[in-house]
Amino acid sequence: MNINIKDLRFTYPTGLEALKGINLTIDSGEQVAIVGQNGAGKTTLVRHFNGLLKPASGSVIIGGWDTAKYSVAKLASRVGYVFQNPDEQLFSRDVLTEVSFGPRNLGYSKEKIDELVKRAMALTELNDKAETNPYDLSPTWRKMVALASIIAMDTSIVIFDEPTTGQDAVNVGRIAHVIAELKKEGKTVITITHDIDFCAENFERVIALSKGQVLLDGHTREVLGQEETLAQTYVDPPQLTRLGKRLGLKETVTRQEEFMQAIT
Amino acid sequence: MAFINLQNVTYKYPLTKGPVLQNINLQVREGEFVSVIGPNGAGKSTLCYALAGFVPHFFKGEFSGEIEVDGKQSSKSTLDEWVLNVGLAFQNPFNQISGAKYTVFEELAFGLENIGVPRDEMKVRVEEAMALTGISDLADRSPYSLSGGQQQRVALTSILVMRPRLLVLDEPTSQMDPIGTREVFGVVRRMAEQGMTVVMVEHKMEWIAEFADRVIALKEGQILMEGRPNEVLTSDLLTENGFGVSRYTSTAREAKKRGLWRKDHLPVTLDEAVEGFKK
Ligand SMILES: Nc1ncnc2c1ncn2[C@@H]1O[C@H](COP(=O)(O)OP(=O)(O)OP(=O)(O)O)[C@@H](O)[C@H]1O
Ligand SMILES: Nc1ncnc2c1ncn2[C@@H]1O[C@H](COP(=O)(O)OP(=O)(O)OP(=O)(O)O)[C@@H](O)[C@H]1O
Ligand SMILES: [Mg+2]
Ligand SMILES: [Mg+2]
Repeated sequence: MNINIKDLRFTYPTGLEALKGINLTIDSGEQVAIVGQNGAGKTTLVRHFNGLLKPASGSVIIGGWDTAKYSVAKLASRVGYVFQNPDEQLFSRDVLTEVSFGPRNLGYSKEKIDELVKRAMALTELNDKAETNPYDLSPTWRKMVALASIIAMDTSIVIFDEPTTGQDAVNVGRIAHVIAELKKEGKTVITITHDIDFCAENFERVIALSKGQVLLDGHTREVLGQEETLAQTYVDPPQLTRLGKRLGLKETVTRQEEFMQAIT
Repeated sequence: MAFINLQNVTYKYPLTKGPVLQNINLQVREGEFVSVIGPNGAGKSTLCYALAGFVPHFFKGEFSGEIEVDGKQSSKSTLDEWVLNVGLAFQNPFNQISGAKYTVFEELAFGLENIGVPRDEMKVRVEEAMALTGISDLADRSPYSLSGGQQQRVALTSILVMRPRLLVLDEPTSQMDPIGTREVFGVVRRMAEQGMTVVMVEHKMEWIAEFADRVIALKEGQILMEGRPNEVLTSDLLTENGFGVSRYTSTAREAKKRGLWRKDHLPVTLDEAVEGFKK
């Protein structure tokens, strides 16, 4: 299920133009990270994928569906979106009910719902919190609940808006594992993140947005190597990329193994 | 005498089974910039609440021990008195904005108005604080029509503008872009140099090492380790306990096994890594 975005523009009711002509194609099964300055338009862009926002002009087509013509409820069968602020997303009295809500709403069979919920709870290691009210959990665990409730919907396209904020090393590892599992299942994963090292280690393609436009788009190593251009949108290259540059390595390195090879 | 003095602080929320803070002893001198690290659930936010007076004044539960800031005891003060000296930026910035005001500027002036700062001075202070956090261009925007990182900057600015003696920041850069994050660490460093005492919960080891004076590693409500940033952030104890490390540290540790890192000390910052890896 491809995503095709043509000349997308969007202006908030306040008059602020947040997207100024975006053109992008994301193929089925791609793992894409979106990076860029605060206020660049990342959240505004992905909220167009599940129809929460509709283009002022241009179009967003999800597997042949023009989002302008489909409701959020309808698009929910194709696109799952984990909010940047989990508190905007969660409303159930306990974790299990929250995670079951999405698949139930999509009208799956009881067996399928049970299976999806079980898998989502296991992947995010929420089983011991099934009965807890999400609002009694810390913000970091609420984010995990938000994540679980979206992956339980089994949509072809999954969007995470800053999934790793505030997560410790173990939870970041869990999230990386979730992304790898979704990839294995052939799903498209789009992740907004400010964690550039996480981005380098888990995504093949990176899109850098700046002031409502696409600044860079390409293979992770190519994009994250462009220190000066990235700085325009307040992004630093990954730590090992910066180190490689300072050491005068010829190739751009982004991950530990590449770095080791380059210095041996 | 220490500016912050925690003696045997133990605390349990009404709903938790055991204590969330256990026998915490901590002294911080005036103008020191201390960073608190630790896994999820370690008690970092609870420690922030304790410093800011919310524990035990707002959150009930079982509290024992003594919290002293600038010679005053938390147990003998009211929350209203306490917050005049201590500013807390909450972990979830989305909850911090009062929303009582129409513009970011008014939102930031709100606290100063409440303590009776004259109009002219208020304007200067708000403008200065906005410049520090890079939000001058948001002054006339509604606090509700902002991106996540912009909201977090407003929340942080609303604390800085009050110029508290003690600044408690609970993951203040969690929603911020990478270069903005580094800038905020720089701003906090400067505040500390001007005499503000700072306790900042963070996960970003590279910048902690570059900017903080001391690191407190918290686990399961106890201080696992404390000391100079490089010493704490490169220690095996942290890795064994599931703490994250900078990529410079993890890569040098691996390189050491393969005989490619020859220094005694592992790096946390870029400069330290360059120093050790260069031919
Ligand atoms: N509800 C809203 N009403 C008006 N303007 C908005 C609204 N939400 C966001 N904006 C503005 O639109 C622009 C893009 O915001 P967006 O939330 O898409 O940024 P972002 O790239 O996700 O940033 P961050 O990294 O801080 O989350 C910003 O200038 C922001 O202030
Ligand atoms: N208001 C509360 N009521 C009951 N228990 C709480 C409350 N706030 C936190 N806790 C519990 O206290 C423990 C410590 O939580 P705290 O939020 O201080 O940890 P933290 O180190 O800040 O974690 P994180 O990295 O997730 O923010 C956790 O077990 C948490 O579930
Ligand atoms: Mg956003
Ligand atoms: Mg916390």
